[in-house]
Amino acid sequence: MSTLQRPAAPTRRSPVSWVRRGGLSTLLFMLPLLVIFGVFSWKPIVEAVVMSLQKTNLVSPAAFVGLDNYVRVLSDPQLGQAVLNTVYFALLALLFGYPVPLVVAVLMSEVKRMRGLYSALAYLPVVVPPVVAVLLWKVFYNADPNGPFNTVLSWVGIPPQPWLQSAASAMPSLVLEATWAGAGGTIIIYLAALTAVNPDLYDAAEIDGAGIWKKVRHVTLPQLRPVLLITFILQIIGTAQVFLEPFLFTNGGPANSTTTVLLLIYRYAFQNSLGGNYGAATALSVLLAVFLAGFSLLYFRLTRSWSSE
Amino acid sequence: MTTTIDFPGAPLAPPGETTADGAPGGDPGLGRRAGRRPRRGGAGQASDRGIVSLADWRKPSIRRTTRAIHATLLVLLVVAGLGPLLWLLKASITPTQDTLRTPMAIFPNGVDWQNLVTAWTTIHIDVQFMNTVIVAAGAWAVQLIVATTGGFALSVLRPRYGRIVYGLVLATLFVPAVVLLVPLYLTILNPPLIGTSLLNTYWAVWLPAGASAFNVVLVKRFFDNLPGEIFEAARMDGAGSFRLFWSVVLPMSRPILGVVSVFAIIAAWKDYLWPMLVLTLPAIQPLSVRLPALQQTIELDVYLAALAISTVIPIALFVVFQRLFLRSAGLGGAIKG
Repeated sequence: MSTLQRPAAPTRRSPVSWVRRGGLSTLLFMLPLLVIFGVFSWKPIVEAVVMSLQKTNLVSPAAFVGLDNYVRVLSDPQLGQAVLNTVYFALLALLFGYPVPLVVAVLMSEVKRMRGLYSALAYLPVVVPPVVAVLLWKVFYNADPNGPFNTVLSWVGIPPQPWLQSAASAMPSLVLEATWAGAGGTIIIYLAALTAVNPDLYDAAEIDGAGIWKKVRHVTLPQLRPVLLITFILQIIGTAQVFLEPFLFTNGGPANSTTTVLLLIYRYAFQNSLGGNYGAATALSVLLAVFLAGFSLLYFRLTRSWSSE
Repeated sequence: MTTTIDFPGAPLAPPGETTADGAPGGDPGLGRRAGRRPRRGGAGQASDRGIVSLADWRKPSIRRTTRAIHATLLVLLVVAGLGPLLWLLKASITPTQDTLRTPMAIFPNGVDWQNLVTAWTTIHIDVQFMNTVIVAAGAWAVQLIVATTGGFALSVLRPRYGRIVYGLVLATLFVPAVVLLVPLYLTILNPPLIGTSLLNTYWAVWLPAGASAFNVVLVKRFFDNLPGEIFEAARMDGAGSFRLFWSVVLPMSRPILGVVSVFAIIAAWKDYLWPMLVLTLPAIQPLSVRLPALQQTIELDVYLAALAISTVIPIALFVVFQRLFLRSAGLGGAIKG
């Protein structure tokens, strides 16, 4: 694309003056974006909504079925379980993954020497390809008493855990790995925000007699609030779409205890020997998108008053 | 308001929020970090002061506590960040029985270098490795072309329809990636105009990667912050749009091209679900897609060696380009203001 010279030939669609003023070369520069976004982003988004109202499986021609797909998806007995599992994953991820990066970042921001080493170590798990991370942790989670994690637990006298093998501990195990894999990115974002805190604010707090803890509470955390609010909602949006961990660790098991909404969408579309139920899959993904959009709107409305103080 | 989440470590706030958070002007310029508190350096540099003041630092008790906390933190980071990877490295050259019986022992029965050789040659991790490089290189090229030409047209050439196009690009940020999954898959099966399925070709991964609104926003905003006088001067000297793009704008854009490149290559290296759907032949699959399938069929020690090999390149890239990585990762925060 980039080797194309500015052509001088007028086109039928447009007057010569438009080309003279560079209209055509502008359009040429815009073309890659228009084509790629058109075909691989804008068109599929529209199609998603259309398909959710159709019965399509590539075998028979598409037919409009109104809201049938939505009815089918909402009455699927698996949906309730999948929603509960996804919410459970999101809550656990908040519990594990939200405070840890914040504490680590605040502590790290005070490190004077070898800060680069700290950041690099914290970020290292993010660089590991997620698939490799999951497969590696699957080995760690070996439920045998000789499994890596169980061996470490035995050093401190804790009996072997079933990890992925039991419905009760499977989800927390998934979240633990996801937190390990993701915390580094959040830490770096917080660190960037922390270096942007105006040091005058700390000086001012000290003049008012604030100790270290008070400075953290009344200067650092309020200054981080905008970033904290955004990472919170982004984490919710991200965890609502969790797929890799439940798919590769447990494939939804044991006893459907890790079937998430995205796993359900995947199964509708791609794990059906009779041809995918694309209508149901898109209907559920549209529902998820609408829910997330609504949730985010509500969240920003509720938090606007706090963040613009 | 929702955002697609396929950008590792760098979530993007809608641009409207930038100013809403109180950052004056909402200037996310890369050259001068967020333009908000220009007195500070980048995230990696030590600041002149932080929470602990010099006066605090002079007290021995505080100094000791701080040092102890930092030492503990370093140990924890080494254990959590480096530990699993060191274990993988160790396990990749340990016989299967040792890894199964005494996973935490260090080479109880010697080292087995053969694992790495077997994984590379017999299991043909070398093929998957090259495939991964091809996937990443193509996705990188497509993303760079779309983002730079599009960003240039939107920011510098500014046609009348530019605002609409940019609005539509921004709108895609609010659509979760999962909505696109099925229709995009069907687009690959039956693409417009081409008439033949793109399934099991690399185009199926390369082309959709280009539709990254995040890249376009980053590049456009960077171009917006370039000094306009230079464009005027180049125009005066008779440079056309193409000259302006190639000889003026691109050479000035190295920092942002580096950031976009890091994002593009990492994303391509990490992606799983999409390449798994569209690259179904093992011979053309990248590592991330092939590894889960290998799990059942090969012996544990060779499998762990394959995992270790798959981790080497991203880690090596990270060690070499550490600054660029961390700056890119912090950018998500900078954009949020």
